Amino acid sequence: MAIFLQQILNGLVLGSVYALVALGYTMVYGILGLINFAHGEVVMVGALVSLSVIELLLGANLGIPAPLVGVMALVIAIGVCMTLGFSIERVAYRPLRRAPRLAPLITAIGVSILLQTVAMLIWGRRYHTVPALIPPTPHTFAGATITNVQILIILVSALIMAGLMGLVHFTRLGRAMRATAENPVVAGLMGVNINRIISATFVIGSALAAVAGVLVSSNYGIAHYYMGFVLGLKAFTAAVLGGIGNLPGAMLGGLLLGLIESLGAGYVGDLTGGFLGSHYQDVFAFLVLITVLVFRPTGLLGERVSERA
Amino acid sequence: MRAGARAMLHRLRQDPRARWAGLALIVVALTVLPFALEASVGRTWVRIIDLALLYTMLALGLNIVVGFAGLLDLGYIAFYAVGAYAYALLASPHFGVHLPWWLLLPMGAVLAAFFGVVLGAPTLRLRGDYLAIVTLGFGEIIRIFLNNLNAPINITNGPQGVNLIDPITIEGMSFAKTNTLLGISFPGTHLHYYLFVLLAMLVMFVCIRLQDSRIGRAWVAIREDEIAAQAMGINTRNIKLLAFAMGATFGGVAGGLFSSLQGFVSPESFVVWESITVLCMVVLGGMGHVAGVVLGALMLATLPELLRHTAAPLQQQLLGKVILDPESLRMLLFGLALILVMLLRPAGLWPSPTRRRELTSARAPGTL
Amino acid sequence: MLLLEARNIRKSFGGLLALSEVSLAIEPGEIYGLIGPNGAGKTTLFNVLTGLYKPDAGAVVFNGTDLTGKKPNLIVEAGIARTFQNIRLFANMTAIENVMVGRHLRARAGALGAVLRDRATLAEEAAIRRRAHELLEYVGVVRHGHALAKNLAYGDQRRLEIARALATDPKLLALDEPAAGMNATETASLRGLLEQIRADGITILLIEHDVKLVMGLCDRVAVLDYGKKIAEGAPAHVQGDPAVIEAYLGGALP
Repeated sequence: MAIFLQQILNGLVLGSVYALVALGYTMVYGILGLINFAHGEVVMVGALVSLSVIELLLGANLGIPAPLVGVMALVIAIGVCMTLGFSIERVAYRPLRRAPRLAPLITAIGVSILLQTVAMLIWGRRYHTVPALIPPTPHTFAGATITNVQILIILVSALIMAGLMGLVHFTRLGRAMRATAENPVVAGLMGVNINRIISATFVIGSALAAVAGVLVSSNYGIAHYYMGFVLGLKAFTAAVLGGIGNLPGAMLGGLLLGLIESLGAGYVGDLTGGFLGSHYQDVFAFLVLITVLVFRPTGLLGERVSERA
Repeated sequence: MRAGARAMLHRLRQDPRARWAGLALIVVALTVLPFALEASVGRTWVRIIDLALLYTMLALGLNIVVGFAGLLDLGYIAFYAVGAYAYALLASPHFGVHLPWWLLLPMGAVLAAFFGVVLGAPTLRLRGDYLAIVTLGFGEIIRIFLNNLNAPINITNGPQGVNLIDPITIEGMSFAKTNTLLGISFPGTHLHYYLFVLLAMLVMFVCIRLQDSRIGRAWVAIREDEIAAQAMGINTRNIKLLAFAMGATFGGVAGGLFSSLQGFVSPESFVVWESITVLCMVVLGGMGHVAGVVLGALMLATLPELLRHTAAPLQQQLLGKVILDPESLRMLLFGLALILVMLLRPAGLWPSPTRRRELTSARAPGTL
Repeated sequence: MLLLEARNIRKSFGGLLALSEVSLAIEPGEIYGLIGPNGAGKTTLFNVLTGLYKPDAGAVVFNGTDLTGKKPNLIVEAGIARTFQNIRLFANMTAIENVMVGRHLRARAGALGAVLRDRATLAEEAAIRRRAHELLEYVGVVRHGHALAKNLAYGDQRRLEIARALATDPKLLALDEPAAGMNATETASLRGLLEQIRADGITILLIEHDVKLVMGLCDRVAVLDYGKKIAEGAPAHVQGDPAVIEAYLGGALP
């Protein structure tokens, strides 16, 4: 029972991160009908930039308390990623809005590779340890352990997701975003500046990605130039699981995927009589993806893709 | 090209004697190439050409899927892996089985085609982007399984891979050694070269024939407008599956050849990056154009090697130190190539006239 | 025997009921019109009959065979071919290639034949090309045979689409607004073509808004409004039906 609860907790932590990243994918897909392959790399950039800022500030010995360093690093990472997301859309996707569907997909892959390479050149190939700014005090109950860092991850994610829903449903920007996602042509005729809304979508998604990057690297204590690829793939799976284009769907999908992966990795050994071990963890996400797309491609909560897509 | 030169070339192309002369020239050049390379830049370059020819076969196979049928497969390297491992496991000390190459290559092809059908059947009806991600996932799943199926039963030998794979042997001549034929000594690399050139040409031939046929037209129709294609009676599912299976077949054959060439395979050779490399070759060379794809493959398979030999010393000379190691340079160039080609010349470096039309004239919505 | 029978077709999209208990019966050799105000469900019915949509209820019976909910390519094989309201040609293929694609399902050469180019395959290809050429002549666009479909004049594109549909050897040709955007001369010319097609033994079902064309061409007409069939019969009779007038004009004239 303790193992079960432990896996549930692990799953929730993992799932919160997936949800944050999935939101970025789902927002872009909802408006443009495009999988932003480079999104996972933005997460990676967030993690590594934050790491560099932390190392810089701690190394400069300015006497800033550690949690504040963390916040500063987060803010800077968000800023960098927002700029990055904006630039990617402008340079690689906007010129191809009228092109056949294959074209932006291929450019996206190119951007992804480019970002990975640049990250590799700047930060090297090694796995970087992320210093713990908050001592990870474990709390135990019912035989399962959760650290306060992990609790923070869940809380921060929940807060941000709530903030996003508030933005989308109660602000003018959010209304414009929803209108554009519904039908860009008509929204344009109603006076919405489509280009600006699309840029805003990318920028917001990238901000979420930055937060996710910081959180996930804090959780595992590692940051690496290749960390975005698999994470991105899984987060996209989560978005599809919940229903692409559907914001609550992305959140639900993220949490569910985290749980499936955690429970799967924990129990697969028992279920297959030792044939498959927990290193097959990544396979679960892919299997979920294939299953969902084959049997229920619109996802759990239904997809919402613009008419133009 | 100036009008006068173009007219002259056109006339030459029509003249049958000129065509035979041109063909003879090409045959002679191809036959002599390995010796010329070895004499000038060394045997390693023949080996590089051997690998480039394998990549050519892969690119041609992927071209059927992406270029002809318009299906973005990001996990194509999985078929290469299937063919390679099928060969490796059945022609090495691993299981103690030593089947001959002429049996294993077709077997690998059939096995790869089988995987192609199994993957394609449920997924080919998905939208383009979804298909891309699913195939990506499938490619990774294959690699993960290859990497981990060494316990509790050792099927693939995990990350260590399979080595001591039997080389191809024809009439007692082993392709792993130097053999003397008609007084000329042919090293293994050269023998592999001739076999690979012949097979690559066969693959090219099949692709060209397919393109200009009822099936080829159906693929273009599906690419243009799948709903209209269905409304004209085309069984789009089966036709797409055919493209997938054919692409997989070529991948499987190339995989088997890879195993026999290297003598060793491991899951490391079948990472996502390889799938993307092959995609780069197709996109850069000219999606859907057989000649363009071959050009793209040969370029991108040899360029990194060129870089490896020149980039580091060049930077050392100019800048005093090496900023971009060849590996990073390669990744950088590939990433940029994909972006720039799509933005500036989406039909590729050497497009077929049809493709150039399709990809450069953007369609405004609502009109044909 | 009836050629095509639609029995009580029902189709909704989410909460919207697009077709409600629509029934049709088309005799072989006739030209049957489907008219009604915009949004009445005409194209939806077409899509159900040609397999693009599955009906929620009801049946489609063609030549005695039940085709309800079958995939489009099977329906074409059975003998129903269609054109589209918004012209769906293969834009970057030439005119003749478009029609050759129409011959796809009446030919058999597969991958093996394509590679080997054996005598049977070559003969089949030649036959396909010949037939495509004939059809281009038949509809009157043969001089543009090697032009790209997207570069043809609008009227020629519509004719090309008809040629492509005819290439599938249909028994029933379903045309969705073939005269849309045409002037009087072009429409008269189209009418001649359609009468020729009927004379050559193919039944025609058409959606049209051009009243003159419908009156002059169709043997019988069905009127849809808000997803229901409100009238059926000879054009002159339907023209005078008060329900039809109300549907189009929204009420009796003062």
